Amino acid sequence: MNFEKFLKISSGALAGVLLLGINSAHAFTACQVTDVGGVDDKSFNQTAWKGVQDAVAKHGVDSKLLESKSETDYEPHLNSMVNAGCDVIIAVGFLMGEATKNAAEANKGSNFTIIDFAYDPTVPNILGQVFATDQAAFLAGYLSAGVSKTGIVGTFGGINIPPVTGFMDGFAWGVKHYNKVKGKNVQVLGWDPDAKEGLFTNNFDSTDDGKAFAQNLYDEGADIVMPVAGPVGLGSASLADELGSDKLKIIGVDGDWTQTDPARKGVYLTSVLKKMDVTVLSVIESVKSGSYSGGITVGTLENGGVGIAPYHDLASEVSSELASEVEALRKGIISGSIVMNK
Amino acid sequence: MKFFIYLSNYFSNRETIQEIFLIPVIATLLAIFLGLLLLIVSGSSTQIALTALVALFTGSFGSLSAISETFTAATPLIFAALGIAVGFRAGLFNIGAEGQIILGGMAAVVIGFSFQLPFAIHLIIILLSGALFGAFYALIAGWLKATTGAHEVITTIMLNLIAYRLLDFFLRMPAIQKEGRNDPISKSIFETAELPRILYLLDPNLRVHMGFLIAIVAVFFVYWLIFHTTIGYEFRAVGKSLEASKYGGINPAITIVLAMSIAGLLAGLAGACQIAGVLGRATPGFSAGIGFDAIAVALLGRAHPIGVLFAGILFGALIAGGRAMQVSANVSLDLITVIQALIIIFIAAPILIRKLFPWILK
Repeated sequence: MNFEKFLKISSGALAGVLLLGINSAHAFTACQVTDVGGVDDKSFNQTAWKGVQDAVAKHGVDSKLLESKSETDYEPHLNSMVNAGCDVIIAVGFLMGEATKNAAEANKGSNFTIIDFAYDPTVPNILGQVFATDQAAFLAGYLSAGVSKTGIVGTFGGINIPPVTGFMDGFAWGVKHYNKVKGKNVQVLGWDPDAKEGLFTNNFDSTDDGKAFAQNLYDEGADIVMPVAGPVGLGSASLADELGSDKLKIIGVDGDWTQTDPARKGVYLTSVLKKMDVTVLSVIESVKSGSYSGGITVGTLENGGVGIAPYHDLASEVSSELASEVEALRKGIISGSIVMNK
Repeated sequence: MKFFIYLSNYFSNRETIQEIFLIPVIATLLAIFLGLLLLIVSGSSTQIALTALVALFTGSFGSLSAISETFTAATPLIFAALGIAVGFRAGLFNIGAEGQIILGGMAAVVIGFSFQLPFAIHLIIILLSGALFGAFYALIAGWLKATTGAHEVITTIMLNLIAYRLLDFFLRMPAIQKEGRNDPISKSIFETAELPRILYLLDPNLRVHMGFLIAIVAVFFVYWLIFHTTIGYEFRAVGKSLEASKYGGINPAITIVLAMSIAGLLAGLAGACQIAGVLGRATPGFSAGIGFDAIAVALLGRAHPIGVLFAGILFGALIAGGRAMQVSANVSLDLITVIQALIIIFIAAPILIRKLFPWILK
């Protein structure tokens, strides 16, 4: 490359940079900071990012993304989004709770939203998105109890925090409800909703742990396992894939895992859906239209913020009777006629 | 004054300039160039690559807040890398900075939230306790090497793993875990224990803190220790040849234990500074791999305190600039990891650089 050509390219690029700067000052920009799981975690970071991408496709907004490599990144990442002139900043995950609060209090002019964290008292420029995942997991628990042949089902979590244990609570309560209604004694391994103690991998990234924990539960007799640890659960799915779905079935969490992991879709009985993409999109829309305000929004079965995925490949395992019971339960929880923790 | 005479004598030596400046600078520029080339090969346009390059510089040195972020990220790296450099001088390959950072940080957290003391006193105690616990943890590896010959690479790796689990256990202890939380997170330290932000008066959001100044003091302290004290001479003698140092009347066992302790002391300070200057509390990942990045910083700085200072700032700049790179060019942060790795490859193979640039380096 001769010097003149180099000059041309670099000055062109510089102009591009400047233009980019001017553009971003005008276009509406939605910015997401992921936690350490990264944006391709097939779990909540990815689902939230899908919400941002939906907003890009639907409303032509700009988007920016920062992936955290460690917990120490959270606060500086959020602050660089403020400096980049973002109109709304989406923090993904309970673990970013304090960093988001600090950033929001230091930058009162910026709008934040966080997944899985409800501030008490609320912060005026943070909208906390929480999800009644126990309602959806309740349905999955009831379903598993009805499908299990060994009479033992299992679950394990990433770490012992409310957004994780919400799933496990609901799952255990659902099984308990099945036992009460049917007079059976299906056991839940890995979580005791009363003592708040159970099995935890203490990370959200090791698929090896996912495999090992599922193996332990399988060895103890469980034939259905619900891993609540983001991508860790993919390790459990690979074990189920090796054993065959007649020996071990998996229940996905956050998104529909038959869609995010189509190669092993035969092992997923269902997934407990937490529709962060829908709520993220609606938050972006509210900021855009000027109706945004801080506080808390809760996704429930009633408003469609949580739910369970279709049974897909394993639909034959679910009797039509069981399927209609689950549907009746869904309506019962919405109407309040069924109290989960009983 | 005497010190500056030393310094000017030192840098008038052409070989030293090559060692601690030219090779690292060339390695860095080459690595950034190859990183951007990789970006273009993997399908990005030249414009995106150049945007990324511009963002890398403006995000690390382009504004006051960028410089503040660079120095904030550099601070713990400088401390820990100084420790590793001391180890290198004494012939010890200390992989254990990560564990020593964790122990130092844990001690700092406990001191930080347990007592309420007057400002300056609290700060001094919190830093001292971090240094002490880091030193104690490294001393275990030094003592094992001196008495049983157990290799420090193995023992420090094992001690790192123990430190991780110790931290998990520690964060669940009721006395330490934050009230009302089930997840592993410690209580927050009192404000009197926080390292003040240097540029607070300009803008309270500029995070660079006193720890950076202490790190610079530590650089000169280590320089003095290694090159102008008997202990430093003994470190270097043992590092060059254990057998010869024995004939020279040096007790290598004591020297090894001492070198490891000083390495741990500095890494412990890195942990305490992270807690008191940046985080204010401990979580399972608070060490953030700083202890491992610091090995690279010590190598890049050629185990020379001044070199470590610049290498630490460079790595801090890569962290801060990488953030800006992802924001404005949508380039993954992983590119920074690639650049760091390339720097290490070029540093580990100085002959390669000499071959590539024979007109600069003889």
